[in-house]
Parts: sequence; structure tokens; C-alpha cells
Amino acid sequence: MKRLLNAQSAFPALASMAVLTLFAVLFLHADSQGAVMGLTALAIVSVLLLARFGWNTLAAASFAEHGRQAHAAVLLGVLIVMAAFYDNHFPLLMLASVLLYIVVCLGLNLQFGYAGVVNFASAAFFGIGCYTSAVLVNHTPLPHILIVLAGGLMAAGIGSLLILPVLRTYGHYAALITIAFGILFRVFLEVNDTLGGPQGMKVPGMEILGWKLNDGLQFGELEISFYVNYVLLALGMVAIAFMLVRRLERSWIGLNLDAVRLDETACATFGIDVARWKIAAFTLGNFLAGLAGSVYAMMTGFVAPNSFTFGDSLILVSIVILGGIGNPWGLTVATAIVLILPEKLQFIQEYRLLLYAALVILILLFKPDGLMPRQVRNYLPGWKP
Amino acid sequence: MTFGLLSQYVFNCLMLGMIYAMVAVGFTLFFGVLDVIKFSHGDVLMVGAFAGLATYIGLQAIGVDAPLAQLLIMALVATLSMALLGALIAKYLVLPLRLAPPLNTLLITLMLGSVLRESVRLFYPQGSNPKPFPRLLPDDSLAFGSFTLRADSVILLLAGLAAIVAVHLLITRTKLGLAIRAVAQDAETARIMGINFEFIVLLTFGIGSGMAALGGLMNGLYYNEINFGIGLLLGVIGFSAAVLGGLGNIYGAILGGFVFSALQSVGAVALPALFPGTSTAYKDVFAFALVIVFMAWRPTGLIAEKKSERV
Repeated sequence: MKRLLNAQSAFPALASMAVLTLFAVLFLHADSQGAVMGLTALAIVSVLLLARFGWNTLAAASFAEHGRQAHAAVLLGVLIVMAAFYDNHFPLLMLASVLLYIVVCLGLNLQFGYAGVVNFASAAFFGIGCYTSAVLVNHTPLPHILIVLAGGLMAAGIGSLLILPVLRTYGHYAALITIAFGILFRVFLEVNDTLGGPQGMKVPGMEILGWKLNDGLQFGELEISFYVNYVLLALGMVAIAFMLVRRLERSWIGLNLDAVRLDETACATFGIDVARWKIAAFTLGNFLAGLAGSVYAMMTGFVAPNSFTFGDSLILVSIVILGGIGNPWGLTVATAIVLILPEKLQFIQEYRLLLYAALVILILLFKPDGLMPRQVRNYLPGWKP
Repeated sequence: MTFGLLSQYVFNCLMLGMIYAMVAVGFTLFFGVLDVIKFSHGDVLMVGAFAGLATYIGLQAIGVDAPLAQLLIMALVATLSMALLGALIAKYLVLPLRLAPPLNTLLITLMLGSVLRESVRLFYPQGSNPKPFPRLLPDDSLAFGSFTLRADSVILLLAGLAAIVAVHLLITRTKLGLAIRAVAQDAETARIMGINFEFIVLLTFGIGSGMAALGGLMNGLYYNEINFGIGLLLGVIGFSAAVLGGLGNIYGAILGGFVFSALQSVGAVALPALFPGTSTAYKDVFAFALVIVFMAWRPTGLIAEKKSERV
């Protein structure tokens, strides 16, 4: 027993993942409001109780120690949840949306959490991806995989125009620029008739090398929802984006980004090119947002300006803050909570912006590091400060 | 374009500019004393307008129906309640975060703005629908050829001007104003000189928020309609106006307000004329795009903030 309950063993991390997966399946499966509320309460109480007994730190340590197995366990967990709902559209759509939003938040985390470049228009960049793919799929015969790429490039390109004034300014002035851009983008979509105005546009499903993602699979009796395709695609994107962000954070690039965020003046005196790193983080983050957006548009089959409001950008920012600025795992958990909870708890749906806003205020006042604060880099496995 | 239409545009532009300037003055006051942006300002304005509307309904219910009395009581209630709200925000949300990164203050007030907006939408009776705002000003008008001058607009314009001049006099001519300016210049030294720092900060937030409430009432009286969403756009516009003028400078804020409304009007007139087929609805896109371009050219506004950093 003692050997298992130890940060050196992989058991705490794997056991936690197994329980989490089971919980996710039960939670997505719960139909009645009472069951959902009971499960939510159970989750909160058990997390608090486990924290009291030191399980959470133990699991986190074991997770960090056995990165490879733990990551595999997470991927496996998502696949198990997917398999549990193989013929059920709605939970799969939710799962895929959460995965795509994780990609967006990873991008925002690069900008906001590492380089310290403010971006209150991340929903707009996500929207640029959506609309790019909507226009290209409808009007050009380009292969869809290129269109997804084009969505990312478009967001990065427009972002790189916006970075000029952002670089010239600092602090509040820079925040204003992104806020103004977010509002400008939404107004532009609403009044532009070629892009469908307030009604938006329809987008046909995705097709990669003859693989039609909008066709369900059929194995004899077994019918599988077509959303499984999108979950797999989105899971792949998350895995790549996650790996990229984690590698960047660990590398000297991440060190430079952190330095830029913490003190620009000191950075410049040490010969670190502040502008270069800000541009890099901003552009890469927007690229990720655009990429996720273009897949999202093809998955939902529909884009409309109402999904890219300033409020949506604020929700994305809240996710990053709730999770713990700069912690990719934290934002993964936060994205799942923030997106799924209101879908399952219908009565929250109406109040969700109010609740998140109030929650973020409380977090900023009392726990500014977020629910899962970012850890100091650990270059040597097992090294203790 | 006829003279009448042109003067109509100019007048409308002045009116909007006045409302924007009133919002921008608030932003600039807050930035002056604490170097923070209180982003919930626009939503405070909206809540002020709703407080005025609720007061009006209450007054109707108890039988006060002289328009002037109604108007004065509405203005008083809205201004004082929002001044209190502003002071509370400063005390419990802005001051506790003084030592945190400045971005946190921006975020916390942004989120507070969402809370206010959503609260009005969810908890005000039928708050998600636009509400008709009573016409309380005389509706006489003077006609000059094709241009009609509405008495209510003139009154609103003068009232806005009076409010801005009053705040300006308060800041430049009174002892209280001297204290505000002292805190703005150097909070530490001001404290040593015996100025009650917290009181001055709360007072400044109160004044700015009271101005916003007045702006909200003006907006309601001018359009005869309010809804829960006006605060966000007016807040962003007010912030842009304050930044255009240069944060922390009261003249800059006024100038910025009028510049922004001029940009919108030019956008509404010039875009359809230059590019046939474009709608006047692009005026906000045009104005915000120009603000972004302008920021690239003059990062700290027309009347630049003096900034030097000691390391």
C-alpha cells in the first residue's frame, strides 16, 4: 500500500484519471436535473475532501513524475468517454467543442499567460477562423485540410496587423485596442450582407482525403455518430497544440516569454527582443484560435456573429484565469467545467455569464493564481527545491 | 446635401459627443487618481439610467407628475445612487487590488460590468427588452428652413456642458479639487501632506460615476429608450475617447468624446457617398478602425501622457 501511495509511483495519477473518466461518463449520462446537481455537489465535496487528505498534491506530483503514462491515461480517458457515447450526438458534440475550445484557450494562454500580451478579442480570432472556413468551403474547391490551415493563417494574419498598434502601446492602451477590435469585428459581421449578416452562414461538413467527417460509420448493427470523427480530429489537434505549448514553455523561448511578461525594461537591458517575443506569442496564439475556429465551423455546420461577442471573449479570458494563468492543465479542466456545466444544468444557462463573472471577481480578489496555480519549471525529474 | 440635413448631422454629432465626453471624463478622473481603468463605467451609466427609470415609475405611482419635479428627483436619485455605487466599487474591488498587476484591475472591473449588465437583464422586470424612457422635456421646436432645433436637445446639450464645467471648476478651483490633483500627481506625497488618500479616491470615483449616471439619463432622454446593453458600447466608446484625448487629462477626454462622435458622423455620411452600396451601419466599424490606426500613430493620445520610467 505504502509503495502505491507515493509520488514515485504512477498509481495516484492513474487512479485519479480512472475516477475522473468514470465521473465524466456518469455526468454526461445524467439526464435529470437532480442527478446532475447531485453529481456536481459530489464532485465539489470529494475534491475538497481529497485535498484535505493531501491526495491532490500527491496525484499532481505523481502526474508530473510519470508524464508519459499520465498523458496516455488522459488520452485514453477521452477515448473511453467518446466510446461510451458512440451513438449519442449531443455529448459527443459537447466533447468535441470542449476540445476545440481548449485549443483556443491554449493560444490565449500563450499570449496572456506567458508573454503577457493582452487579448480581449480571442472570440473574434476564433470567429475569423470560422468565417474563413465558411467562405472558402462554400465558394472554393480547395481541399478542406488546406482550408483549416487557411483559417489559422487568416487569424494570424489579421492578428499581425493588430499587433502593430499593440506593440506601440502598453498596458491599458493595448487592452483598448483588442477590445475595440473585438467589437469592430462583431459589428462588421452583423452589417455585412455578403457574410450573411446577423443570420450567419451555413457550412458543409468536412472532408479529408475522401474521408467524409459528416457521415456516420456503420459496422453491421453498430451505428456510430459522425461526431466521433470530429472528436478524434479535435483530440489530435489538442494533443499537438498541448505538446507545442508545453515544449515552448519548457524551452528557452518560454523563459524569454516569461521574462517579457515580468519586466520589459529589464528584458530589454539584457538584450531580449521584447517586440519579437510579443509578436511570436500573439501570432501563434491567434493561429491556434483560427485553426480551432475553422474546424468548429465545419463541425457545427453554421456560423453567426452572435457566437463571437465581447462576452464570449470574456468567457475565454475567465477560463484562463480560473484555471490558473499559465497552466495548460488548469485551463483544460476549467474549459471542461465552464462549457459543460451550463449545458447540463439548464437553470444555470441563463445565469452563466453572471456566475462566471462573479466567480472571476472572487478568484481575482482571493486567489489570484487561479484554481490550479502554475508550478515552477521542473527541468530535472524528481528534483526538489 | 442640404443645409438642413447637414446641420442636423452636426447637431446630432454634438449631442453624442457630449454624452461620450461625460463618460470619458469619468475614465480620465479614475485614471488620474489611481492609474487604473474602471471598465464597469459604461455599465454604471446603464444602471444609472435604469435607476432613473425606476424612480420615474415610483414617482408616477405616488402621484408626483410635474415633469420638472420628476426630472430633478430622477437626476438626484440616479446621480447619488451611482456615486455611492462607484465609491463602493472603488473601496471593495479597486483599492484591494492596488498592489496587483494593473491588468487585474481592468479584468475585475470588466467582470463587474458583466455582473451589472446581466443583473439588470435578469432581475429588472423584463430587463432583456428595450425600455421606453419617458419624454420629460418640453417638445417645442424652432424651425430654421429645413433644420428644426428641438428644445429638448438644446436643454440636454446645455445640461451636459454645465455638468462638465462644474466638474472642471471643482477640480481646478476648490480645495477638494486641489487634493484630487495632489493625489493624482503623487499619492505618497499627498498623504504626507495630510490628505486623506482613501477618502479622495472614493470621492473621485463617486464624482465620475455620478457623471456617468447623468450621461445615462441624457442618453435615455435623447433616444427615449434604454436597454441593458447600452453600457458596453458606451463604455468602450468612452474609454476610446479618453484614450484618444490622452488618459488623465480632462480636456483630452472632452476633445476625445467629440472627435469620436465626429468620426462616427463622418463614417455615416462619407462611407455611403464614397463607396455606393455600403450601409451607414459601418460607422462604428469605421470609427473603431480609425481609433486603432490612430493608436499606432499616437500611442498615448492627442494630449500625451507624460511618462518616464525609473528603473
